[in-house]
Amino acid sequence: MNVLIDNREVFLEGFKNTGILFIFSAFFSLILGTIVAGMRVSPAPAMRAAGTFYVNAVRNTPLTLILAFFALGYPKLGLPDINFMNAAIIGLSLYTATYVSEAIRSGINTVSVGQSEAARAIGLPFMQTLSLIVLPQAFRSVVPPLFSVFIALLKNTTVAAGFSVIEAGSIRSTLSDLGEPLLPGLLWVALIFVVLVLGILSPLQRYLEKKWRVAR
Amino acid sequence: MTNPAPVPALVELKAVNKHYGALHVLQDINLQVARGEVLVVIGPSGSGKSTLCRTINRLETIDDGSITIEGKELPKEGKSLASLRADVGMVFQSFNLFAHKTILENVTLGPIKVKGMNKSDADKLAMGLLERVGVGHQAAKFPAQLSGGQQQRVAIARALAMKPKVMLFDEPTSALDPEMINEVLDVMVELAKEGMTMVVVTHEMGFARKAADRVIFMADGQIVEEAAPQEFFTNPQSARAKDFLSKILTN
Repeated sequence: MNVLIDNREVFLEGFKNTGILFIFSAFFSLILGTIVAGMRVSPAPAMRAAGTFYVNAVRNTPLTLILAFFALGYPKLGLPDINFMNAAIIGLSLYTATYVSEAIRSGINTVSVGQSEAARAIGLPFMQTLSLIVLPQAFRSVVPPLFSVFIALLKNTTVAAGFSVIEAGSIRSTLSDLGEPLLPGLLWVALIFVVLVLGILSPLQRYLEKKWRVAR
Repeated sequence: MTNPAPVPALVELKAVNKHYGALHVLQDINLQVARGEVLVVIGPSGSGKSTLCRTINRLETIDDGSITIEGKELPKEGKSLASLRADVGMVFQSFNLFAHKTILENVTLGPIKVKGMNKSDADKLAMGLLERVGVGHQAAKFPAQLSGGQQQRVAIARALAMKPKVMLFDEPTSALDPEMINEVLDVMVELAKEGMTMVVVTHEMGFARKAADRVIFMADGQIVEEAAPQEFFTNPQSARAKDFLSKILTN
């Protein structure tokens, strides 16, 4: 307990940045993942191919490499500078979006073909069929897998510690520098993650599942 | 006796072919539907009658031939296809009401999103149509809370809300419990009386007798026989049609 109280500044700063990384990455990956899922069910072959390529290329690349690219490779490209925090958000979003896209695509497949046929039959074009009819129903059935993706994202934020972002994953090394014992620090970090998942994400998942439960 | 009236065809299919892999599901189909005509398509399952119906608003593509509506060829895709579909109402076997929207929203969605109608006008239009098909008091419910017959009547109202030039019915009563079939057929008979152009794929011979101007009988992807209903039911010409009728008219 002393480790936590004595170093509460370190813990606070770490988890604050973890929160920022998580919230922005979850937001952007949800948007990007939805767009990519839409591309993958598009009637246009070029869109489908682009979506499939993106998912396969990024999903099969280790997150560490993606973050390493944004932290180490990107600055050498001569493009506008981004700080490590933003670089981590971009990397995490691009990576997580592939998983979000696959979860949503599986949800799209649970919506019966008749729903989109009926939408097309009243004259809705593809984009509106997707956004008004298919996606709202698809989201309902992907709440559980989507939350698995976001729980993984929350834990994946710690990889950013390796690339100069001060967050929960870097608390341990900060504590070592301060001469604190290793194990209690690590245990506290792990415990706080469990509390975040069980205390925030799980109740949110239960709430959404209940709210969106619809008879078919 | 079987000559169509000399009015320009609203829907015309010329030399239409379609394959599902090796199966030649539509074989050189030629067909005209006149404005105001009620055409009933019957035939054994697998004869291609549903596929034929679905090609008319391009929910099924065709391999070759042409399909025109008011003389205009069906667009291949995109916005122009969407706007053509708005003019062709479709009622499905499995209703396909939007499960996450209320009955009222199911009917107003097309007018609002496709035709740009404002919400209060769309609500008024939709309520009128829902009253007409006898489900006005269910407007605030969700589709799953309604019986099959009620859902199908809502589906008809949803199609009518687009003020279509022609209505396609793809086995509209086949998924219904027997006691609900008539409530749907009654609505369809009313529509026919009001002069709606209709293409109806059905097994309901009673409807064909009562409301059809013309019956076509399909088997194995071909139009085998084409006649006025009275003529077709009392004096079928082909062996296939005789066989089919003997099987379904016994009960």
